[in-house]
Amino acid sequence: MSKNITLKKGFDIKLKGKAELNLLNVDQPETFALKPTDFVGMIRPKALVKEGDTVKAGTPILFDAKQEGVMYTAPVSGEVVGIIRGEKRRLMEVRILADKEIQYVEFPKYTDLASVSKEDAKTAMLSSGVWPQLVQRPYAVVANPSQEPKAVFVSGFDSHPLAPDYEFLFKGQEQYLQAGIDILKKFAPEVHVTTNGKAGSSILAGLNATQHKVSGPHPAGNVGVQIHHINPINKGEVVWTINPFGLLQIGKLFLEGKYDASKLVAVAGSELNKTGYVQTYLGANVKKMVEGNLAQDNVRVISGNVLTGSSIEKDGYVGFYDHVISVLPEGDKPRFFLKDGWLGFITDRLSFHKAWGLLGGASKEYALDTSLNGEERAFVMTGAFEKVVPMDILPTHLIKAIMAKDYDNMEALGLYEVAEEDLALCEFIDVSKHDVQGIIREGIDMLRLS
Amino acid sequence: MKFLYEFFEKNRPSKDSLMYYPYEAGETFMFTPKTVTGSKGAHVRDAIDLKRMMMTVIIAMIPALLFGIYNVGEMHAVATGAEMGFGDKVLFGAIRVIPIIIAAYAGGGLVEVVFGALRKHPINEGLLVTGMLIPLVVPASIPLWQVFVASAFAVLIGKEVFGGTGMNILNVALTARAFLYFAYPAQISGDKVWFDLADATAVDGFTGATFLGLASSASSEGIEVAKYAAEATASWSAGLYSAENLFFGFIPGSIGETSTLAVLLGALILVGTRVGSGRIILATVLGAMGMGLIMNAFGANTYMQMPAYYHLIAGGFAFGAVFMATDPVTAAQTDTGKWIYGALIGILTVIIRVWNPAYPEGIMLAILLMNVLAPLVDYYVVEANKKRRLKRATV
Repeated sequence: MSKNITLKKGFDIKLKGKAELNLLNVDQPETFALKPTDFVGMIRPKALVKEGDTVKAGTPILFDAKQEGVMYTAPVSGEVVGIIRGEKRRLMEVRILADKEIQYVEFPKYTDLASVSKEDAKTAMLSSGVWPQLVQRPYAVVANPSQEPKAVFVSGFDSHPLAPDYEFLFKGQEQYLQAGIDILKKFAPEVHVTTNGKAGSSILAGLNATQHKVSGPHPAGNVGVQIHHINPINKGEVVWTINPFGLLQIGKLFLEGKYDASKLVAVAGSELNKTGYVQTYLGANVKKMVEGNLAQDNVRVISGNVLTGSSIEKDGYVGFYDHVISVLPEGDKPRFFLKDGWLGFITDRLSFHKAWGLLGGASKEYALDTSLNGEERAFVMTGAFEKVVPMDILPTHLIKAIMAKDYDNMEALGLYEVAEEDLALCEFIDVSKHDVQGIIREGIDMLRLS
Repeated sequence: MKFLYEFFEKNRPSKDSLMYYPYEAGETFMFTPKTVTGSKGAHVRDAIDLKRMMMTVIIAMIPALLFGIYNVGEMHAVATGAEMGFGDKVLFGAIRVIPIIIAAYAGGGLVEVVFGALRKHPINEGLLVTGMLIPLVVPASIPLWQVFVASAFAVLIGKEVFGGTGMNILNVALTARAFLYFAYPAQISGDKVWFDLADATAVDGFTGATFLGLASSASSEGIEVAKYAAEATASWSAGLYSAENLFFGFIPGSIGETSTLAVLLGALILVGTRVGSGRIILATVLGAMGMGLIMNAFGANTYMQMPAYYHLIAGGFAFGAVFMATDPVTAAQTDTGKWIYGALIGILTVIIRVWNPAYPEGIMLAILLMNVLAPLVDYYVVEANKKRRLKRATV
């Protein structure tokens, strides 16, 4: 039951500095880190190792005391060199100094995936560290192993600004992707894979799963938007989502018996001299990718894309779910109102709104900075959010319901179906400069923890 | 501009000071703050802010304002028979209109600044638009103190008591106009106020009635509206109320409301920049046109027989539909709701004009009424959305 879906609403933010399709010659980083803060649903992270311990790739190093079965394991082998804590001694990072040659924890290896029982599969996935790749909806948190999903969704393309090219990321890995799908079919009746309807062909289109084509501007690539159109989530239902990288890891776990966290990371952004892809491991330190490659010093390094990522230091670590490092100029300069400020004649900044003077076209590529471009205000503009959320959801009303802590309306207006990323464009276009994604997460947490 | 920036930096009052928000308003007016996006979430933001959006509305009002300034002079010349060149008319109009604009900004601004300081909220940009809208919906002959009081009243009772910008139920500028209408009816209604005679005397046979005023009298006389209007002005300004004049705006009325053409230019700017809702404007026009045609079909008196399109070009209909009905805060907020909201404004305008002898101009009341009902319209649209979502569920 495949579907062709064409979305009209949304907005493509075209930025300068998309990663070029070649591998950058960058030395392997020395340290790697796992950050509990990457897992938004994690309530009480606990470290399982001490500084000085040696670990192999696949050794559990932390877990959530509120969800004990799921292990978060070391992406590389080496020595634990730092356990960083923040306020109230909350665990922030576990850093590992990597070995030159990666040692792997051995897991059972299969040639015939059909012979793997669901229970064995679950045990292996939970203990090896691949489980957190499964994200459940509602709530967009690491999947709860005790729940049965009604389907698994894989978005086969990324429509975010400066997004990595999935064809480049997953080239030649079809067998692992297929193995991942085959394993997940044990958990849910259907595995849905979407590909970009605008692109010619896709590696993922050849996989044996329920295939769909989705076309349209961003957020067409967001799995939440796709679920809404393919098989929407109703109250009481659970679906799982997973990035193709997660499929790879599951596939490698069962076919090769190891937790292989190697991945390609795109390095992109207008402030880089050289963009491209770097072959590394999950949780890599970005210092070597950024250092000596910057056009200027006052930049922000973001793990992830510019709409949903987190800012990190120039020697910070790539987030668990991220496949791109975006480097933008900081916008911390005051602007005189007539020259380049709010009344100026501006052509070098992008606006969804066609308001006076912002004459640049959306097809041009922009080097946007991190300025808020205004001050926080009460909600005044209406109808704009609705133009960038291609779902049968009323974003303005949903946001207001959350702000009013109106649980019934949050539920009824569709909070179970969305994650922060699905309304990230609302945050971008918001004239009143609200933290829309923060509000959405607050709402999700209210429902999840109530 | 560095010295100016440094001046602001050096003299910034503390956050507890009463002066903080007024000061901040001045500073952020001059310089976009250097605030950057948070460490999580969207790291880039749209170039627009509320100031720029509000400024776009003001720019959209400029054609109506400029024409209004000229037309105040033009109407003075028509009513007094004075020989005036283009420059004289503009000068006469400017001397009348600019003080009204200043009075409106002063009254509203005073309340906004005092509230901002006392209640510790930022001074809001909405005032930029409100302060310009009020002068455009009053006659040029209005006393300045009334404009000041009405503007202050509207910002205070129309907006601040509801919690400030974004929270108001009624359109602020229309609140000012309604206040004037009920508090000082002699200066804003009837047939004495629409021509600004200044100290001059009117020409022989002069009547100051507006087209809509004449239209309602025509129905009781049983004469065709256009003919009746033509006869009423024949002796001193033949053809004053021709359809062309109604469209181009060479007729008496509130300063910015008379020219449908100037308002249409504004509508193009608002819709083209996506600041105003084209949906609401179109729905309002369709509603008025539709109701006008229904009136024609019944045709019980000559007002009801008046061609429906006259409703669109007469009085403040166009101005109300474009600049008042589209106020995003007080209008319906859902897309479907906007269609219903606009259409009902159009329908109610025609009903009030034709059936209610007390209010020749219906659009003001129609919009205020629909401002109050907009949340109800939205409520049903939102409920429908929720029901759709629930229906999907199998349990």
